[in-house]
Amino acid sequence: MFDTLSGRLEGITRRLRSKGRLTEADVDEVMREIRTALLEADVNVAVVRAVTNRIREHAIGATRSKALDPGQQVVKAVHDELIRILGGETHPITYASKPPTVVLMAGLQGSGKTTNSAKLASWFRAQGRQPLLVGADLQRPAAVEQLRTLGAQIDVPVYSAPADPVRVAADGVDEARRLGRDVVIVDTAGRLSIDTEMMDQVRRISEAVHPEHTFLVIDAMTGQDAVQTAAAFHETLAIDGVILSKLDGDARGGAALSVKEVIGRPIAFASTGEKLDAFEQFHPDRMAGRILGMGDILTLIEQAEQAFEADQAEQAAARLMEGEFTFDDFLEQMQALKKMGPLSGVLGMMPGMPKELKNAKIDDDDLKPVEAIIRSMTREERARPQLINGSRRTRIATGSGTSVAEVNRLVKQFSEMQKMMKKMGGGGRKGRKGRGANPFGALGGQPDLGGLEDLLGGAPDPLGGIGKSGRPGLPPGFP
Amino acid sequence: MVEADRWSASLVQRNVSAEFPTNKVGFLIAAPLATGSVVSVDSSGSQWIYLILIAGVIAFGLGVLWWSKRSSSPLSETPSPARSVETSTAVETEPEEISAAPEPEPRGMRERLGRARAALGGALGSVLGRSAIDADTWDELEEALLLADIGIAVTTDLLDALRSAVESGEIADPESLVVALRDEMTRRLDGADRTLARRDDSGPSIWLFVGVNGVGKTTTIGKLASRKTVGGVSTLLAAGDTFRAAAAEQLTMWGERAGVEVVRGSEGGDPSSVVYDAVERAAARGIDLVLADTAGRLHTKSNLMDELSKVRRVAEKGAGVVTETLLVIDATTGQNGLVQAREFREATDVTGVVVTKLDGSAKGGIVFAIETELGIPVKLIGVGEGVDDLIPFDPSEFVDALVGR
Repeated sequence: MFDTLSGRLEGITRRLRSKGRLTEADVDEVMREIRTALLEADVNVAVVRAVTNRIREHAIGATRSKALDPGQQVVKAVHDELIRILGGETHPITYASKPPTVVLMAGLQGSGKTTNSAKLASWFRAQGRQPLLVGADLQRPAAVEQLRTLGAQIDVPVYSAPADPVRVAADGVDEARRLGRDVVIVDTAGRLSIDTEMMDQVRRISEAVHPEHTFLVIDAMTGQDAVQTAAAFHETLAIDGVILSKLDGDARGGAALSVKEVIGRPIAFASTGEKLDAFEQFHPDRMAGRILGMGDILTLIEQAEQAFEADQAEQAAARLMEGEFTFDDFLEQMQALKKMGPLSGVLGMMPGMPKELKNAKIDDDDLKPVEAIIRSMTREERARPQLINGSRRTRIATGSGTSVAEVNRLVKQFSEMQKMMKKMGGGGRKGRKGRGANPFGALGGQPDLGGLEDLLGGAPDPLGGIGKSGRPGLPPGFP
Repeated sequence: MVEADRWSASLVQRNVSAEFPTNKVGFLIAAPLATGSVVSVDSSGSQWIYLILIAGVIAFGLGVLWWSKRSSSPLSETPSPARSVETSTAVETEPEEISAAPEPEPRGMRERLGRARAALGGALGSVLGRSAIDADTWDELEEALLLADIGIAVTTDLLDALRSAVESGEIADPESLVVALRDEMTRRLDGADRTLARRDDSGPSIWLFVGVNGVGKTTTIGKLASRKTVGGVSTLLAAGDTFRAAAAEQLTMWGERAGVEVVRGSEGGDPSSVVYDAVERAAARGIDLVLADTAGRLHTKSNLMDELSKVRRVAEKGAGVVTETLLVIDATTGQNGLVQAREFREATDVTGVVVTKLDGSAKGGIVFAIETELGIPVKLIGVGEGVDDLIPFDPSEFVDALVGR
């Protein structure tokens, strides 16, 4: 997500950071690159102009400043600017004082309104609400059937009738009142912003249902037109927020950056996968970090806290450091990790991951044979792999549908890694008894972490709020 | 550590290929662990534990990935036996109908693209209003092209060619600059084969429609089907989108409206077998052309792209031949469209592009980049909701609409 933009900006920021002094020529070059990076990410031309002008001002100021590393200041200017254009704070979801709270979904054809209506309903349910879906898309063949199918999957009732869409929407709200549902999500037909007749219809729907929130659904892959479309819908409907769909591809998300800048409304939600729970509130500050390649620790930890059992995780981590991590631990923690979504997604959120790792195509299914092998071991074998002799190997290979060679390799690699972990973990302990929040102190203390540290080191505030209490691992000179 | 970095990087780059000395596996750990090292988390909490664990588990996981990659077996090629495949026969399509329905008279793209033209024409209007070519002229031209989603690389390329012509004095005024731009763009679209291929012999031809979610694959097929015959031959629809809720219903409704048979499978079923069955049915009934729908998929999902390759392969297991694989692209698509085209071509050997929703405010300039950079010709464009609004692509009118003359 946002890969290319972050990739390019990463390169630029890394180069800046290595510079002690900036000349105006440096600034010009950097600004050209930032401009290209933003344009390739589909940021609107006008927005690019405004943004680069502002960053430029900061950067020119930085060339004259003697107090701090000037390259660092430019990076900070880019980061601040990204947060600013992404919308600052997370968009709050409010509820009508007199239920039901009505949410209106609008957008172009194919932007993902129907799917995201269902996802939003599922999200409201998770907040303890009782949503009702209303199918007012009577234009596209089978759109209502699609909504009914999705509604059944998430166990949310769906109201629709073959009538005028304005009527259906209004009746839907009445239906919610009758059924005692406190949130109503009205799915409307996709329409082009220049289709005056259809735009008039959606305006009448809005007037009929008095929505608390009107969301515009925008495809993350949209190009320059996103701004025009958003402006047109905003003029007709007074948009409250944007739902960014299909953010799980490699779309560069420039539309996301532009819309806030142009209509002044933030991105409220982002859809990050095909599953109906792949939908989250949009946090601009975290996204800015992600764009600059600083990872997204906050989201990662939030998800981890839900996925892992706290006690078990602590014990397993301790064993990992001691080099006593067993196959059982691996299997167990792997299952927990899987709950956090695809591995590649988790990798993307880890800060300081080298780009090659981030972009690597990791298919979670590739790990299945590994799992199968471990599951074919007995409890003793999992705890003490050295027990595994020839006949046991044959048994394990047969049991898991793999070959003896594969079992061999797994066992061997596992023990190699264990040794490696032990070395690192043990060293860390010895070197830094006081723990200091940094279990890998010995590693972090080395000044030559190369690209990894470089990536993180320059981040103005990679943690966006948590634990600003010192970064023991960083060499002096980093903020 | 630097060594280790390089190792993990090169390792993954080669997609964990065969040459992988086991004794280096341990280095893999380095990357994620180094990550942990520079992350400072609240020292009073236990949050760091998660990071270690994640890093550790991933490190172990990646370490063992390399051989599992090697040992992964290819997809089964045989279509699974038809799982509750049903055919919704609406109206019998008689062979006599073939000559009855003529190709709809394509109204000019020029007229249809009026709005897009107006927008871009406005941008170029101020270029034309100037008396001489100056820095602002270039800025405005560039901005107009960028706004049309042509992309910074192609835009720069186009304008650089013009710049040298201006420097050498070949072009002297804004008017001829715009003409030169138009000519250059048209030239780049010249000579592509935009015909939609069918087999010469008997037996069904297959047109496979692919693309990301929400671009209008089903609607495009529906519109084609509404002509009852395409290019004078009878058609049959294959509801290969078994993933999206009610996608098959959507196609069936189109089929019923048009009186064209639709072959569908169960929701969540194997799309390959649906397409295979449709082709068999077409062969049995002497129908010439199968329009095969597929589920929208992001080009980044490798398993779904593999599925698509399989659909294409299995489609040809029976009596049919895939003569066109058409990538459907939404006119609002930005620079991501190039990546989409590349990935879909890789997976399914795309033979042409269909641009949908060109009647909106988006100009669809990305297809200019797709055709000129990747050599995939644009074949059809959608310029409205009506069934007659799917028309052949005309390069010079498209460029006229973009450049606003």
